[in-house]
Amino acid sequence: MNKKKYFNYLYVLPAILFVLVFVYFPIIMNFYNSLFRMTSYSDVKTYVGFKHYVKMFNDPIFYTAIKNNFLYAGFSILFQVGLGMVLAILLEGRFIGKKTGTFFRNTLFIPSIISIPAVALLWYFIYNPQIGLLNGILDVVGLDQLKTAWLANPKTAIYSVIMMSQWQYMGYIMVLLIVSIQKIPKELYESAVIDGANEFQKAIYITIPSIKSMLAVTTIITFIGSFKLFSEIFIMTGGGPYNTTQVLGTYMYRAAFKFDEMGFGSAVAVVIFAITFLVSILQLKSFKST
Amino acid sequence: MIKRKPLYILNKTWINAIFWILMLLIIYPLFWMIMNSLKTSTELFINSFALPEKPLFQNYVDAWNMGFADFFLNSILVTVSSVAVTVLLSAFCAYALARLDIKFKNLILYLIIGGLLLSPQSALISLYKIFDALNIYNTYFAMIVPYIAFRIPFAVFLMYGYFKDFPGDLEDAARIDGCSTLKIFLKIVMPISKPIIAATAIVSSIFTWNEFIFALVFIESEELVTIPVGLSRFRDALQTNWTGMMAGIILASLPMIIAFIFMSKSFIRGLTAGSVKG
Repeated sequence: MNKKKYFNYLYVLPAILFVLVFVYFPIIMNFYNSLFRMTSYSDVKTYVGFKHYVKMFNDPIFYTAIKNNFLYAGFSILFQVGLGMVLAILLEGRFIGKKTGTFFRNTLFIPSIISIPAVALLWYFIYNPQIGLLNGILDVVGLDQLKTAWLANPKTAIYSVIMMSQWQYMGYIMVLLIVSIQKIPKELYESAVIDGANEFQKAIYITIPSIKSMLAVTTIITFIGSFKLFSEIFIMTGGGPYNTTQVLGTYMYRAAFKFDEMGFGSAVAVVIFAITFLVSILQLKSFKST
Repeated sequence: MIKRKPLYILNKTWINAIFWILMLLIIYPLFWMIMNSLKTSTELFINSFALPEKPLFQNYVDAWNMGFADFFLNSILVTVSSVAVTVLLSAFCAYALARLDIKFKNLILYLIIGGLLLSPQSALISLYKIFDALNIYNTYFAMIVPYIAFRIPFAVFLMYGYFKDFPGDLEDAARIDGCSTLKIFLKIVMPISKPIIAATAIVSSIFTWNEFIFALVFIESEELVTIPVGLSRFRDALQTNWTGMMAGIILASLPMIIAFIFMSKSFIRGLTAGSVKG
């Protein structure tokens, strides 16, 4: 009997080992590494204390990066959660036929299953000053004074990358919200209709309050996503022009793998960890209430 | 009533119009790229809006021969092996936590699901050092191992809820018939759990197929690279061969889009059950 009980632990052991060794351990190591000067090709570590943190907090690029992450988060919450919610409510209302509605939903969802590098390269072409779709359209509609090299112009670069992400992920968040709208009991609407409520009132007084917790969850995952940002920037601008599009992810990569300052990179990783971890705890809390 | 109806129809028309404009915003860029991927470079530079004079599939052949064939094989190998191991280990773990007699159940559960709170970026540099020390830097394992480790929390989270709600009668009946726990799990529980296994496998596949930063940092050799990183290196190699590049982007995206068209329900079920982005 006892032997059998020990056997039960073998079910959980491999999964635990994987997570402990390759998720928890590296993240703990990362704290430790941030206190040392080290490079990729040698095992020599020199203790420097909090020097990397001091350097980071005195580096203007660090502030550009963190500002861009927040900018990304702000726009993403506005477009993906805000506009996504409006679209979800409209799609689930009585305005659109069932088949057309499914077509709209699936089409909006498709960009989110294409890999970020593929979408980023597509938009790299769209923004191209010579052959790009955007400048081409501006030409056609007579707004050619707005034409610019979108990704090379420090004023437009970060917003250009931000808009690409809205194109890619608005449909995804919309679908999450649709699923939770579909769970609202129909009776709630029936009594409102008897009271003479129109579609707008139904949305304000029934739909939105009923999906409150899903709105919280999507706001939080969108926020966290904005701080995990890397591939979009890496592919489209590489952090340029003049570091105006750096975000924490590319700032860390640049330090660790371009300048070979792995300890400094680890200090940046600690900041990414701290922000995403704190916000993730909020997510778990709002998950419990869903 | 008579007064309100025309207003309602107007709303309906406007709302449909808005959605058709959105469709245009999603579909036209994709169409534009497909169209240009069938052109010669000269045609593209003369007018990127025009339809190709004669559809040219040579760009696809070129992309395929210039490395895409290898990227594809690597992506399939890495995705299939990491998803298989993730699903298997997570199913065992979630089942034991939900149904079997184990001490410290909650502690183990929180420990594993807590992995969801940890972003891969913050492990990147240490993992690089660890893989270097283990001599698996620049091998398939440098991708497969972290993909498994970072997907287990999510997979256990999805499956645990499912196993927890499972009716116990079937297991009890089998136990009375003298089946071992392992046999019950493999022969009875797993077959009934197909929907959740499929959802977990689909979500893990999307993640693995599209993963970029680990593949970028842990792989050096061209021969081992997966599609996303292959694509980004492709750009540097092709420089101005943009039509070939566009063919490459389409080749890279097609498998997931086709899978989605055929299994849109499972896709949406899996992705919404987890609510975890990228």
